Amino acid sequence: MSTRTLISPATLARPRGKALYWTVFSAVVLLFALAFLFPVYWMVTGAMKSPDEIARTPPTLVPDHWHLGGYTDAWDLMQLPQHLWNTVVQAAGAWACQLVLCTAAAYALSRLRPAFGRLVLGGILATLMVPAQALVVPKYLTVADLGLLNKPVAIWLPAVANAFNLYLLKRFFDQLPRDVLEAAEMDGAGKLRTLWSIVLPMSRPVLGVVSIFALVAVWQDFLWPLMVFSDTDKQPISVALVQLSQNIQLTVLIAAMVIASIPMVALFLVFQRHIIAGISAGGTKG
Amino acid sequence: MTKTAERQRPRTAAAPTVPAPSPAGDRGRRRLADQARAYAFLLGGLICFALFSWYPAIRAVVIAFQKYTPGSSPQWVGTANFTRVWHDPEFSAAWRNTLTFTLLALLIGFAIPFVMALVLNELRHAKAFFRIVVYLPVMIPPVVSALLWKWFYDPGAGLANEALRFLHLPTSNWSNGADTALVSLVLVATWANMGGTVLIYLAALQSIPGELYEAAELDGAGLLQRVRHVTVPQTRFVILMLMLLQIIATMQVFTEPFVITGGGPENATVTVLYLIYKYAFLYNDFGGACALSVMLLLLLGAFSAVYLRLTRSGEEEA
Repeated sequence: MSTRTLISPATLARPRGKALYWTVFSAVVLLFALAFLFPVYWMVTGAMKSPDEIARTPPTLVPDHWHLGGYTDAWDLMQLPQHLWNTVVQAAGAWACQLVLCTAAAYALSRLRPAFGRLVLGGILATLMVPAQALVVPKYLTVADLGLLNKPVAIWLPAVANAFNLYLLKRFFDQLPRDVLEAAEMDGAGKLRTLWSIVLPMSRPVLGVVSIFALVAVWQDFLWPLMVFSDTDKQPISVALVQLSQNIQLTVLIAAMVIASIPMVALFLVFQRHIIAGISAGGTKG
Repeated sequence: MTKTAERQRPRTAAAPTVPAPSPAGDRGRRRLADQARAYAFLLGGLICFALFSWYPAIRAVVIAFQKYTPGSSPQWVGTANFTRVWHDPEFSAAWRNTLTFTLLALLIGFAIPFVMALVLNELRHAKAFFRIVVYLPVMIPPVVSALLWKWFYDPGAGLANEALRFLHLPTSNWSNGADTALVSLVLVATWANMGGTVLIYLAALQSIPGELYEAAELDGAGLLQRVRHVTVPQTRFVILMLMLLQIIATMQVFTEPFVITGGGPENATVTVLYLIYKYAFLYNDFGGACALSVMLLLLLGAFSAVYLRLTRSGEEEA
């Protein structure tokens, strides 16, 4: 409202400016609805059409009958509860491991002055230059050598090696006021106690960001779980969807796709303000 | 007490990691205990980085020069993996496809978000709605968006051709035609990932001081001239950043070709990462897979180095 952008408020206040503004506004609303909401609508309603109706041309905009059968079939036939549970276990474990181990490591690097701390930090930051996907094969071989294939640990521990999140935490800890931490130590609090009762409560915003990143990353990942989980019963929802997509009825597959999207979309709608603010801030600050 | 606090404050700024060693044995022992504690905190993270980041990077280079089959002892084969991979007809196809994909993703997936952010920044209503809607596809799992578009591209009752018929345009083969497949995949990737880019641009646009536009307008600059002489120079740094990040991300594209086209038709959508996957898990040729990984690594590492350099210098400027 207050800051001026490309077009001046004076131009917009004129009748012609106003008319143009509302035209553009409606066009953008329509475009966004068509480009981003309509595909989602098509997916949600497609799952409710009958197998006949979904193959019909031209397609029906609104299902003739609203079948919920697609959703219940997907739930039962595709073993969705099993795969959703696998995903939850993998995501929750990765989140917990990252929070505990990355926070501890970031705290050590930021506050405890370990010998060779700079070297370690350099080594961690260097992994930012090595795109993760290019190393999946040797990483897979390492996980195989450790006997972790088809176990959720194969997701949890590699998730800790996330230089971005660790650096985010370290930077935040660096900026905490020194006096407060020193006061805690004067009062006889040990390092662990300082971390637990002083540092972590002060770090809620950054912990929230890291948590969301950690959960979303595991839920959305495909190549790594595809490699690691050859056992169908252990696969997360993303891998299972692709594996089962070949020989399943279209409406059932679409229903399963909707179900697989719900947790992340719900997470987004609940935390949208934080997520959007986080992305906007992260992008400009690098 | 205030005095010590004051004396110690500059140390934070300079941040020397190791204080000078003290001659006293007692303090030395305490330092050792401090170090032990510091490494106790550091250990878990350190092991994970060592096992899943540092060691695989070294191992990729080692295995690239070996004949490696899990279970039997590896043999050194010199550069045989590289030459074998090099002469694979899929090799040149994969690199050509990956580079074309990256280029198309830059052309399509770059101009569109910028224009979109530019327009959104001018709108004074329903701001939250636009931001949520544009970011929604990013939160849909990539596998789901790939399967969704595979269905849209279906030659029979697919939505894409229905839309063309509705507009009385000739239909297309989309992801099923050798010459349209790659572009179709770029459209999917752009749709799915645009949200983040738009949000970052919007943040950048909001940081442009309004006086600049005012001054430009007083100097008689029209709308397009203001975009060219104010908006673009002011957001140049963010544009460059996102461009590099996008190059790095799209060069590792895997999910879309794997799910939608399976690399086909006629290898039109095989990407480098897909080929790495094929070497490892279809041909059981881990040496070849690692040779390819090393090549991709070197190229992407160069891009990443440029990116990190730029962000560093950008931070110093800011």
